[in-house]
Amino acid sequence: MSRSTLLSLGGLALLAVLPALVRNPYVLHMLILCLLWTVLGQSWNLLGGYTGQVSFGHAAFFGIGAYTTGILVKSGLSPATAWWGLLLGGLAAAAASALIGWICFRLRGPYFALSVLALAEVLRLVALNWKQLTNGAEGILFIPAFNSKAAYYWIVLALAALSMAAIRFVMNGKLGFYFLAIREDQDCAESLGINATKYKLISLLISAFFTGVAGSFYMNYMGFIDPGIVFSIHDISVMMILVTMLGGVATTWGPAVGAAIYILMSEAFRTYLKSGHLVFFGVLIIVIIIFFPQGIVGTLKETLQRRQRRLAGPQASSPAKGAA
Amino acid sequence: MSLLELKGVTKRFGGLQAVGHMTFAVEKGEIFGLIGPNGAGKTTVFNVINGFYAPSEGEILFKGERIDGLKPYEICRRGLARTFQVVKPLARLTVLENVMVSAFSRTDRRDEARAMALEATAFTEMEAWRDRTAGSLPLGMRKRLEMARALATKPEILLLDENFAGLNPAEVEKTIAIVRKIHESGVTILIIEHNMRVIMSISQRLLCMCYGERIAQGTPQEVANDPSVIEAYLGAANA
Repeated sequence: MSRSTLLSLGGLALLAVLPALVRNPYVLHMLILCLLWTVLGQSWNLLGGYTGQVSFGHAAFFGIGAYTTGILVKSGLSPATAWWGLLLGGLAAAAASALIGWICFRLRGPYFALSVLALAEVLRLVALNWKQLTNGAEGILFIPAFNSKAAYYWIVLALAALSMAAIRFVMNGKLGFYFLAIREDQDCAESLGINATKYKLISLLISAFFTGVAGSFYMNYMGFIDPGIVFSIHDISVMMILVTMLGGVATTWGPAVGAAIYILMSEAFRTYLKSGHLVFFGVLIIVIIIFFPQGIVGTLKETLQRRQRRLAGPQASSPAKGAA
Repeated sequence: MSLLELKGVTKRFGGLQAVGHMTFAVEKGEIFGLIGPNGAGKTTVFNVINGFYAPSEGEILFKGERIDGLKPYEICRRGLARTFQVVKPLARLTVLENVMVSAFSRTDRRDEARAMALEATAFTEMEAWRDRTAGSLPLGMRKRLEMARALATKPEILLLDENFAGLNPAEVEKTIAIVRKIHESGVTILIIEHNMRVIMSISQRLLCMCYGERIAQGTPQEVANDPSVIEAYLGAANA
């Protein structure tokens, strides 16, 4: 086992015993949100960061996941058994993504990004108006299965760990190489034997699946959803992009770091700046994009690499001239 | 049966005919050169062969089967690889990773892809550059990376698009040696080149095109002495 895997497992074990030390439900709630946003950031990062297919509408998949669980409970399943919704929500989101990806990924350019944005809005309107199925604007409300926040914490921790492990596994194999090749140059990728349409679709399926699972978890945890919350452009679709950019696009740990900073920052702003918090959040994003376009993890990585190269001396940084 | 055969291939972009009625055959084991002044349509011929464009008319046969209308990735998997005149490095990946991407067209396993990539980078004498990101390579090495990547797809025929352009004399010599080595390993080569000294010395047959049409074909000597070729390059007064 590699050192980084051991470190990750150690970190996971530490996080797993955290609820035994932290009893404050507010703090646990914050941690749960951090982990939930880690899953969301990871999902967006796989498609947008590694595969280079930017999505402005991942709320579509989040909402489908959330409504899958919501509708299961509404049609009589008890909230405890509604945990099935996690898997079903993920699969439903993946199915919806297959449809939009199959249509849009034949084209290049902004078509996918814009279509999926439209998809999220269409779904919001459907959820708003198809009252028999979704209760419309009233939303779906139920009493969550567990009283203790620790239970939810462990579940979402498992989801975050699973999504990170799955994405790391994918990125280490053939799929990962293909995703990166498509991001870097699609023409080149195709001439090297890569069916770009197919592999973009695979990336989207995995991304939408985990987003749907996260949406489903959200419903189970909060016990309430309405169309405006789960299909929100600015609270879900855009935030998924920002969390990833904040932490570092196309890095393993970027989404997790971005999620933590986003949750803490938005809580702090909300508490101290009241209704001004959105303005400051916007300013922060601008600063990050201008000064740390690689995100926090990306910038750190770059600085470390530069320092290592300097320590290793000039020979190590460029091959001997004779080789040219 | 020829390895690669073009029959009356025409490619039009709107009203502009970039390639007209191109007919030629590349035999297994040869080095076939494609020359012509700038804008003659040489790279368009490559783009049609490798599936970036479907021909407006005509047929392309590879190993006796029609490949026109297939997608580039399908054509690559059948054993036809190409390099790009305007190099296309996967900039943020290392040299080795670039070559691994193409090796994955022949295997699903990472360790095998890595072994194939190590082999292809050694074959093209890029060992010292393996861990550099492709975006940081000097032009000469980017051109060589194009070859390493194409080789790792294990092609039967390799289409080289101006791999000598912009190289210094030492690099030209090195690249000639590598192209010969690729040829000796059993790969048929179709090459576009402006450097006349290079193309005359390495290719067995030449085709010269101008304004999308074939104007001469034959041994390098025959083509070099053909009046229409001289006219195309130097103007009517010199012919």
